[in-house]
This record gives sequence, structure tokens and C-alpha cells, in this order.
Amino acid sequence: MKFQPFQLFLILLSGVVLLFIVGPLVGMFIATSPQQVFESSGDPEVQRSIGLTLWVSMAATLVFALGGIPLAYLLARHDFALKRFVLGIIDLPIVIPHSAAGIAVLGFISRDTYIGKFGSMIGLDFVGAPAGIAIAMAFVSLPFLVNAARDGFSSVPVRLEQAALNLGASPMRVFFTIALPLAWRNVVSGLILMFARGMSEFGAIVIIAYHPMVTPVLIWERFNSFGLSYARPVAVLFILVSLLFFVVLRFLSRSKNDA
Amino acid sequence: MLELKNIKKSYPDFTLSDLSFQVEDGDYFVILGPSGAGKTQVLEIMAGLVEPDDGTIEVDNVDITERKIQKRPFGLVFQDHAIFPHMSVGENIGYSIKNKGSGRNEIKEKILHQAELAEISHLLDRRPKTLSGGELQRVALARTLIRQPKYLLLDEPLASLDVSLRQGLRSLLKKINQGGQTIIHVTHDYEEALVLANKVAVMNQGKIIQIGPAGEVFHQPSSEFAARFTGIKNYFPARLYREEDRQYGELENGTLLRLSTDEPEGKGFILLRGEDIFISLDDTPTSATNRFKGIIREISPSIFGFEVLVDTRTPFYARITRESVQNLGLHEGKEVWISFKASNVRFVRV
Repeated sequence: MKFQPFQLFLILLSGVVLLFIVGPLVGMFIATSPQQVFESSGDPEVQRSIGLTLWVSMAATLVFALGGIPLAYLLARHDFALKRFVLGIIDLPIVIPHSAAGIAVLGFISRDTYIGKFGSMIGLDFVGAPAGIAIAMAFVSLPFLVNAARDGFSSVPVRLEQAALNLGASPMRVFFTIALPLAWRNVVSGLILMFARGMSEFGAIVIIAYHPMVTPVLIWERFNSFGLSYARPVAVLFILVSLLFFVVLRFLSRSKNDA
Repeated sequence: MLELKNIKKSYPDFTLSDLSFQVEDGDYFVILGPSGAGKTQVLEIMAGLVEPDDGTIEVDNVDITERKIQKRPFGLVFQDHAIFPHMSVGENIGYSIKNKGSGRNEIKEKILHQAELAEISHLLDRRPKTLSGGELQRVALARTLIRQPKYLLLDEPLASLDVSLRQGLRSLLKKINQGGQTIIHVTHDYEEALVLANKVAVMNQGKIIQIGPAGEVFHQPSSEFAARFTGIKNYFPARLYREEDRQYGELENGTLLRLSTDEPEGKGFILLRGEDIFISLDDTPTSATNRFKGIIREISPSIFGFEVLVDTRTPFYARITRESVQNLGLHEGKEVWISFKASNVRFVRV
């Protein structure tokens, strides 16, 4: 195959970008010995933080999916006044600085607010607690789920839903037997994205809950107190655990879909 | 009885105006019109997928205009079939009877029974994406009929099929109708209307131009559009049979027509265009194999020149020019001969 000079130019630039992403990660892995990673995996503080990060992000994703998926369906199926405005609102958490998002959410759930008061009344603390971390994670990651699920629902032909209604199915049955199964791949992909984005959140969480420490905060703290070489093994370990999770989740969602 | 009264609906590019018609129980009602006439929209309004701007839909004198889609007595078979791609053929067919309090075996039996009627019982475990257009059409039909809708709505059910499959599905539809199922069928193909309908509504640009029993609409088109669109006046129920290498269509009154077709023997319709019939004053031998003596019953001007009704025991409509009428000195009551070629006689199986 012969390449035009312009194509070679494109390939060169693409290579630079890929290298830019892969380079630092590979560099970090090379600079960290398996020994160090193994040691930090035995560190109870590290174990606790990784466990906390995983389950809180998972919980945030599942709880907010209960509202996020219906919202995505609504947006995919109905046109209404101010729809573009609503779509803009959903993308807002992606574009605003996450520390600012943290400040905003904190103002909403701190102990002085009605929500905060109501929370402590039923024994649910937000600030400095897993519930607060979950809310911070959900705030910044919900757009990924809503947008992916909305794309999925939009790609389901309205005809199929009309056919199901014509066959006597209620709108709820149509949602569960037609729309959701056919949009399933996108919905799962959105759930995974939301979960991943929640896990990696730092800015908003550090403002709402420095403790208990999620792994991104722990990495930052190790770096601040002890320096690069102490933070690196935790970072490598966290990346490995995340990768493992995504590979498994992708695999599970695929095999379910093709069955 | 189904009755649409003064249905109106404006779309960005056209308008359905003042649509009214009645369908009696057991009717095979065909809405015939060119594409873009608004036929599909009429079905969508009946099924409740689209809300009319004005007018009412009544079923047995009960107004159902506002009723929810899933509560209406209409089973709609979409032109694109709308088969659920993530379910097997069997699951598609059983969709409407699941979770309705029937036992598993009962549901299975019903699915099998319906699939047998549609002649697709061998496909029950297949995935829709492996099916042909004709098979999908039958799945859609079975899926709709299993619910036993009072009215079966068909949107161009034969359009996506090739000629050989059409005939099979046509027979199936006729059989379903003869079993008592009321059918409302939308098509742009007058042959379908001719062969299947007992009542026809001709539609153009969002309006019903003519409505009535099939015979009346085809023999007495009320407007130029209806005349052009309904096409053929000479059509007769007939039985096809072969003798050696010759094919004959036997009409109900015993008249035999020679024709040339690859269709297998059986019942159907003979179609013959008025332009293809020649009139002569005596029995001159010609290359045309069909020749009959008859008496002119009627000469009427039409948009095509003149239409001459010749009664030869079977009535034939011949279309000829004003010039020919004058040259041959044709008048009502005159005895003439008509002739037409076997190759111009069409046979459509039912």
C-alpha cells in the first residue's frame, strides 16, 4: 500500500497523540517495581480506600440510574419547550470546574441546609461520609449515563414501541420489554462510564469529604506528604484495579447482549 | 360496525380532509390510492398512533376517538412489519398474550396454532434478522391475529413481496377474511383491490374520491382519477386449467377464454384491458385466439374515447376511438364480433 504524504503526516500526528496518552502511564509502570505495588496492596489504608471508592461509586451509579435512565428515555422520546435548555443543564457538570461543583454541592447538603438537617435526622450524614462522596461522584458523572442512555433510546425505532402498544402492551411494559432491552448496550456502556468517572473523581470529593479517603484523595495526600515515589505505587495499583473492573464489566455486558 | 366521521388532520405537507366511511363486520375493505394519498395516515389515526384534529371514530356506536392505543380494537400490521428484533419468532407472536393470565402451555399452543395458520410453524425458534421479507410479513400477521382484533389493519401488505410470494399471501388474507375477520387493507395496487375487496374506497390527496362495493367502483368510476386509477373494467372470477400445452380460463357462466400464463391451475381472476379488445363487424379470422359474437348494449363517451359494452353472454368493455365508432357505424343493439389475444388475458390467482 502506498501512502500519500498527507496521510503520512496524519499518521505522524496521530502517533504523537497516542504516545502522549500512553507514555506517562507506561513510564509510571516502568518506574514502579512489582515489589512496591505488592507492598502497597498490603497496606490496610490503601485497601480500605480502594474498597470504599469502588463500592461508593457503584452505589452512586445504581441509585442515580433509577432516575437517570427514565430521564434519558423521556429526553429521547419527547419534544417539549426548553428541551435544548434541559440538555444543556445535563451537560453542565462536565463543563464546570469540579472543585466549583464540590463547593456548589456542599452548599446544598451541608449541615445547615434543610437537606443536611433532614439527612442527620434519619441518621444519614453527607459531609465527611460515604453518602456525601456518592453525591459528589454522581453530580459529576451522571451526564455520562444520561447521554449514553439517551443515544441508546433514540436509536430504538418508535415504530417498534407503537407496534407493542398496538398489541395491547401498557407503556410501562413497552419500556421494559422493548425500549430498555434494545437500548441495553448503550445503557450498560453509560453505567460503566458513570461508574468509571465517579471512581476517578477528586475535585468535588475532596471538598465534601476529605475523610473517609477515596483513592484519588489518598494518592494526592501521599504525594503531598511524602512525595512522588510514595504516591506512585498506589496510583499504579488503583489503575490496575480499575482496568480489571472495566474489562470484566465490558465482558459481562457483551456476553449478555449476544446471548 | 366501524364508522369514521369527518376526520381531519393537517400535516406539514398535506391534509386529510373530511374523511368519512363505514366498514361493516366481515367486510374486506380496501383503501386504494397512489402513494402519498394519505392511506397510511388513515390507519394510524384509527389505531390511535396519530390524533386527528377533528372528527370521530366510532366502533359499534361507541366513540373511541380518545381511547388509548393499547385499548383499541385494531390490530395494525405495519408496512415495515416492525418485528421485535431481540425476540424469536415465537416470542414475537406470543407478545400480546403473555402476562395475560394464561398458562405457559396454553400460550405455547396458541402460538403454534397461529403460526400454523400463517404457515410459519417451522420458524418459531428463528431470530427475525434471519428471515426474508415474506416470512417477516407472516410473522407480523400472526403476531397481530393472535390477539383476535376486531379489525385487522394492513398497510401495503403485499408491496414488499415478489410476485410468487404475493399470491400465497393473497390467498391467506382471503382465507382469513372468509373466516369472519374484518379487514381494512391499504394499497396502491388496483389488482389487489380487485381480487380481495368487497368494498373499495379510492383515495387521492387526502380525500376519498369514491367509495362503494368493489364492482361498482371498478365499473362506474365517478371521476377521471378513479377511472385512471381503478384501471381495468374487464375482470371475472375464473378457474384456470390446462389441456396439453393450452391454458383456459373458465368463467362462472361457462365461457372459456384462451390465455397464456405460467400460473398453476386453480381459482382466480381474469383481467383484460379494454384497449386490447378489437371490434369487427364479422367473424374475420385474425391472429387473436379469443373471438366472440355479441350485441352492443351501451356506447358511452369516456376520458379514453368511447367505451363500448358488448354482451356476449359475458359483458366485455372495449375502448375504442370516436373514429372507429363512426367508421364501423356502431350503435346500441348492433351485432358485432369482439376478439382479443390470449397473451393479453391476465390471470391473477387467489
